[in-house]
Amino acid sequence: MIDILYFAWVRERIGVPREQVATDAATVAELIEELKAREERYALAFSDLRALRVAVDQELTDFDASLAGAREVAFFPPMTGG
Amino acid sequence: MTVRIQTEVFDAGAELNAFTDTVAGAGAVVSFTGVVRDVDGGLVAMEIEHYPGMTEKAIAAIVSEAQSRWDLAGALVIHRHGRLTAGDQIMMVATASRHRVDAFQAAEFLMDYLKSRAPFWKKEMTQSGDGWVEARDEDEAALDRW
Repeated sequence: MIDILYFAWVRERIGVPREQVATDAATVAELIEELKAREERYALAFSDLRALRVAVDQELTDFDASLAGAREVAFFPPMTGG
Repeated sequence: MTVRIQTEVFDAGAELNAFTDTVAGAGAVVSFTGVVRDVDGGLVAMEIEHYPGMTEKAIAAIVSEAQSRWDLAGALVIHRHGRLTAGDQIMMVATASRHRVDAFQAAEFLMDYLKSRAPFWKKEMTQSGDGWVEARDEDEAALDRW
């Protein structure tokens, strides 16, 4: 099981701030494909990956990052701090 | 270094004085305060969301990078989340060094990285509707100079 977190408009589009998912995905990209196949709201949220960023275990990373040993994956738009 | 993520209002002047007291002998203290802006006069509120856990880690890493690049006697980062209105202080950064240039550059570095690498997202509630503030290409490009 892996915890998936969503922030900002990704959270709004998917409808939940976090969820637990059973997955065999080896990479973030594979996880995204699994989610997109589940329901329309995921397909919509992940339709343009250029508009998204991903963190694995709270470290910013790329979509081809490995999920080996990962406990938490977060998807969000580019950050707007400061 | 001090990093605080909070919903509460802070007093930038009092924070700066307290910070300055902790870095006696530094010689140079630089600070920046970010304030909620109401560009079109229609801003009702700004909601700032963040990623608890990652926010603290990301900012600590950014501050630590600044400490490795410049000769700093101290650094302070305060960033609010939750609901704010126009004129509210969102965040502040302060740096102290024996050298003015180090303090200025480190403060700018911290601001550039906080803007694009600390997991905060701003949503503006305006009289004509709500919308997430979009990251600007210039903010991402600003990281290249470091």
